[in-house]
Amino acid sequence: MIAINIKSKIYPAKGRAGQHLAIADFKLAINANEFVCLVGSSGCGKTTLLNIIADLDRDYDGEIKVGQLQTQPKIGYVFQNPRLLPWRTVRENIELAIEDYASSENIDALLDVMQLTQFQHVYPERLSVGMSRRVAIIRAFAINSDVLLMDEPFVSLDESTARQVRSLLISLWQQRPHTVLFVTHDLREAITLADRIVFVSSAPMQVVREIKVSIARHERDNEQLIEAFRQQLLHDQPELK
Amino acid sequence: MLIALRKIMPVLSFLALLLVWQALAAFLNSNNLPTPLVVGKVLWQGCLNGQIPYHLGVTLLRLIVSFSIAMLLGCGLGILLGRNKKLDSFFDNWLVIFLNIPALVTIILCYVWFGLTEVAAILAVVINKLPNVIVTIREGARALDQDLLEMARSYRFGRKKTLLNVVWPQLYPYIMGATRTGLALVWKIILVVELLGRSNGVGFQLYSFFQLFDVASLLAYTIAFVGIIQLLELMVLKPLDARAQRWRR
Repeated sequence: MIAINIKSKIYPAKGRAGQHLAIADFKLAINANEFVCLVGSSGCGKTTLLNIIADLDRDYDGEIKVGQLQTQPKIGYVFQNPRLLPWRTVRENIELAIEDYASSENIDALLDVMQLTQFQHVYPERLSVGMSRRVAIIRAFAINSDVLLMDEPFVSLDESTARQVRSLLISLWQQRPHTVLFVTHDLREAITLADRIVFVSSAPMQVVREIKVSIARHERDNEQLIEAFRQQLLHDQPELK
Repeated sequence: MLIALRKIMPVLSFLALLLVWQALAAFLNSNNLPTPLVVGKVLWQGCLNGQIPYHLGVTLLRLIVSFSIAMLLGCGLGILLGRNKKLDSFFDNWLVIFLNIPALVTIILCYVWFGLTEVAAILAVVINKLPNVIVTIREGARALDQDLLEMARSYRFGRKKTLLNVVWPQLYPYIMGATRTGLALVWKIILVVELLGRSNGVGFQLYSFFQLFDVASLLAYTIAFVGIIQLLELMVLKPLDARAQRWRR
């Protein structure tokens, strides 16, 4: 599990722009192996939050606790763009990420689930956008992380590719349960993926509302059901629009 | 047909150059421009009696030593300045000054301050080359992809792993650039260094031939030296380049 408690995150004044309170009194707990989607408008501070959890940003006031761990947690981070090393093949990119961890995961199995086995010795520049995203997802799963952070990983994909990668992601997650914090601004995507959706405000970012998604996992590929759930949600909570 | 033509094109152009030279030499009929054949003979004799290999070897050794020192120091300092804005703004003026000091001045100063020694000669070359390397590598270090560095941090790559797998491949084109321009610059400077203060090496020999107006020997040494540098490019630099760029589309 992970417990996030950020009292404040302030961006200092730069040039003409004054200082900016990005996150304030943000509290969120995620259970072990729970899939949580964070939904908020673009630029509301979601990436900042993920960077803080991933220990890329230490300039904040608050505390992040991952599990009962005394040691540094293992974090799998899927960035908005895949951030693969172009001079390493698909397989080498994954191997580089896992080699320092004691548990060397079975990369072959992961490649198989993500349908990338035949591309494992290819350099990233020769992959399609959707494939690169899948490699980035494998890399994050391969390290057996304590928390998986995903920052709008499907944002620039066309809808059919995004749908395919989403369903691959879910089948991977069901095979290898992980605690996931998935950031998106697309409510449909959140309903398709999440156990629980957390809505956040912007400037500063705070939790506005939390909703459990009651649709069974095996029914999530039914788009009408997803759309109906979304309509109902927006009808019940008009402020979420 | 076309492909075959493209393959023999370099040979043809080389032969054409020889032909122009031969024609010009025949036309002028002067000791100041000997024919390719005469120069070839001098080259051959020089190789047989060991003079050319000896002086060429001495010059090459100086080239390798001074070039290696300049590249190693330059890479380190370049990365440092590229990643540290305060240091960079402090030393930027120094760089501009050193870039603009004429090579001849550094060479003379080194010989005046440290005597006509091997150390002074090497030092003069290094000082001439170093600012170039620093500036090139600094650009590379500035242009490092922040996204990839962040990825490396979040996956806890550690310093050595990041340097080898994330930083080095990005700097590689800049290092190759510095190597290419550096080699061209360094060997020209070395000849001047040898001419002014050493008693062996190609530069020293060229000076002797100049005093004797021995153009044939002058050209023979030039051809030998340029040939070696070309060989270095073909046998070392090109394969290194191809290897490092194999991931590109």
